[in-house]
Amino acid sequence: MSIFVLQLWVILLCNKHAGISMIQQEMIPVSERSVAENVWLGRQPMKNPLMIDHKKMLEDTARLFEQLEVTIAPDVKMKELTVSQKQMVEIVKAVSYNSRIVIMDEPTSSLTSSEVAHLFKIIRQLKSKGVAIIYISHKMDEIFEICDEVTIYRDGHYISSSEITDITMDDLIRQMVGREISNMFPKTGHKIGETILKVDHISSGRMVKDVSFELHKGEILGFAGLVGAGRSETMEAIFGIRKINSGDVYLRGEKVNIKDPEDAVRRGISFLTEDRSAKGIVGIRDISDNVVLSNLKIYGFPLKHNKIKEDVDEYVTKLRVKTPNNQELIKNLSGGNQQKVLVARCLLTNPDIMIVDEPTKGIDVGAKSEIHALISELASQGKAVIMISSEMPEVMGMSDRIVIMHEGKVTGIIGKEDYDQELIMKFATGI
Amino acid sequence: MNVRIMKKIKENSIWLIFLVIFVAATFLSGNFFTFGNLTSVLMTESIIGILAVGIMWCILSKGIDLTAGSLVALASVTVASLAQEPGFSGAFYPGLEVPVPVAILAAVAVCALFGLINGLVIAYTKIPPFIATLGTQLICRASAQLYTNAYPISNLRADLKFWGQGTIAGVFPVIVVVFIVVAAFSGFMLTQTRFGKSVYAIGGNDMAAKVAGVNVESAIVRVYLWSGICAGIGGVLLAARSGAGNSSAGLNYELDAIAAATVGGTSHTGGVCRISGVIAGILILGVVKNIMLLTGVNAYWQQIIKGVIIIVSVVLDMRKNIQRN
Repeated sequence: MSIFVLQLWVILLCNKHAGISMIQQEMIPVSERSVAENVWLGRQPMKNPLMIDHKKMLEDTARLFEQLEVTIAPDVKMKELTVSQKQMVEIVKAVSYNSRIVIMDEPTSSLTSSEVAHLFKIIRQLKSKGVAIIYISHKMDEIFEICDEVTIYRDGHYISSSEITDITMDDLIRQMVGREISNMFPKTGHKIGETILKVDHISSGRMVKDVSFELHKGEILGFAGLVGAGRSETMEAIFGIRKINSGDVYLRGEKVNIKDPEDAVRRGISFLTEDRSAKGIVGIRDISDNVVLSNLKIYGFPLKHNKIKEDVDEYVTKLRVKTPNNQELIKNLSGGNQQKVLVARCLLTNPDIMIVDEPTKGIDVGAKSEIHALISELASQGKAVIMISSEMPEVMGMSDRIVIMHEGKVTGIIGKEDYDQELIMKFATGI
Repeated sequence: MNVRIMKKIKENSIWLIFLVIFVAATFLSGNFFTFGNLTSVLMTESIIGILAVGIMWCILSKGIDLTAGSLVALASVTVASLAQEPGFSGAFYPGLEVPVPVAILAAVAVCALFGLINGLVIAYTKIPPFIATLGTQLICRASAQLYTNAYPISNLRADLKFWGQGTIAGVFPVIVVVFIVVAAFSGFMLTQTRFGKSVYAIGGNDMAAKVAGVNVESAIVRVYLWSGICAGIGGVLLAARSGAGNSSAGLNYELDAIAAATVGGTSHTGGVCRISGVIAGILILGVVKNIMLLTGVNAYWQQIIKGVIIIVSVVLDMRKNIQRN
């Protein structure tokens, strides 16, 4: 959920008339067209009333990139960029409107830390030119680093505004969540048991190269790395979404060949995707349909609607999904509540192995700590959890061990006693 | 509770529209509200209806099936060629005598086969359903023409014609009963089975369904298989009703069926479909067509009005969805 809920069409009008531009949290690039065309979409420089001036467009883009120290070629197709590069293009685009106000909705959700620093440099540059910036974020450290003033919203209501110097992080979190969060990374004592999953030198496509690791019962295995390091792809390969080209996977000591997600779910593996809107929710269907989707098998023929209702009610209550009723379309929920519904879908299959990919991406602090608590609880029940996270505090706070990947390869596996942010970054950047 | 009732009314608003049109029709023509006329409307719309409750699955899964009309032709010539009067001198297969149920099954099986091919091609090659079924549409129509040399096949046996012309207990036309059974079966699959729930999810977001562990390919194959079977049943009934198999039969029927499903609130962006809505859609288009005939509206105007109804209904339906957000 964004702290501000803004209608897209308002923004479009604002772009043209009021000198306001916006960076969306979910990017909507035209993938098949060039970077320059994306930047100038809808306001291309014209040679004459009918023809677009492509040369000027490329030059303008190049100049803009140079000003902001972005190193992306203006003439490559948008689809060839990495996620973070696309995000940079979005940022440049917003700046290019010469707006007096720039709204940024979670601009750093797919940026690496050096790119975040770059973004902050751009923000400071804009600020010095008298541009006002509305910065929507869930990341506390960013807010305290870059913002002058902070406004807090909760559940669609205004809560408070104050100078950043007048508020502490604990205050801010308390006001966002509406209650005290004592521990962001609740750890229940859990015993680590025998190996349940062994991945032996698997490769898949261009993104997964010779990856090996072991996962134990009751363990939370963190996966750290930069965006595009091949972590999600590795999990998708294990889960049967991608083809494994070489190497073996052993489940409970037995060599398995998981051919598709259906097979994986049957074998007791569950996968919470990072890409909630594209691969997670079925937006047009209600909460109930979304919860039972992985588990339709058990409801028999014809479907036992009473049992479905019972199960959905149980999990919706247990995970505290905020909704008027279970017939609400899932697309109408906030990001955090959508995520809880997807977690419910996973839990309902009663998995032995739960793979969660950026489980708290783009969700509010309250839901975040609840999901952390849930992951810990799963581990304490003896289930094995793989958690991909690009958030350093999260991956260090939650995991029993951390696997670090860089460009498709495992560059390090470290135990709790060796946790060190710098060491992890070193492995993650491949130095 | 109040919200529930409002939601129910909103969901079934199409039946209110049908009611308004129905009442208006009774006032517009004295011949409309007669047993004979209403039965004839139902019998005419039954075949389109059977196609529609098949095609709606394809639309629900974010696809389309353009083959249905051609399959109607193929089924009609297949069943006709196998069920002619035994003594008929100009028979397609002189001297051949197969039981009528076998002839019907053969015709439906041929269509099921093409439905299966559609499904396999769409599920496994991932080519757009529009293109895949456009291709098979041509293939099926031409196969029917090749098979019969484009001559109609007449002199069908009485026990085949019974399916299209007969009545049960002297009142219920068999063809309408078949439609009700097929629609009920379609509705049952939609709401009461794992298959139905899976197709809803696939239409809404096929990647999400896949990641959730739904066997997307198998469901897609079954969707097009079912649409083929429905078209086959429709073709058999058309031959039985008209008393002949004809390779030019069922021309553009798929478009009428798609229109009915669409008017009935089936969303072409996938994931939304209600059987009661589709049936209302069929009835609305049928009644409008009938009342225009009865009041002597020019045939070209009839098409124009039909076109307007299709567009307006979708616009209204989409507005309804926007408001829900």
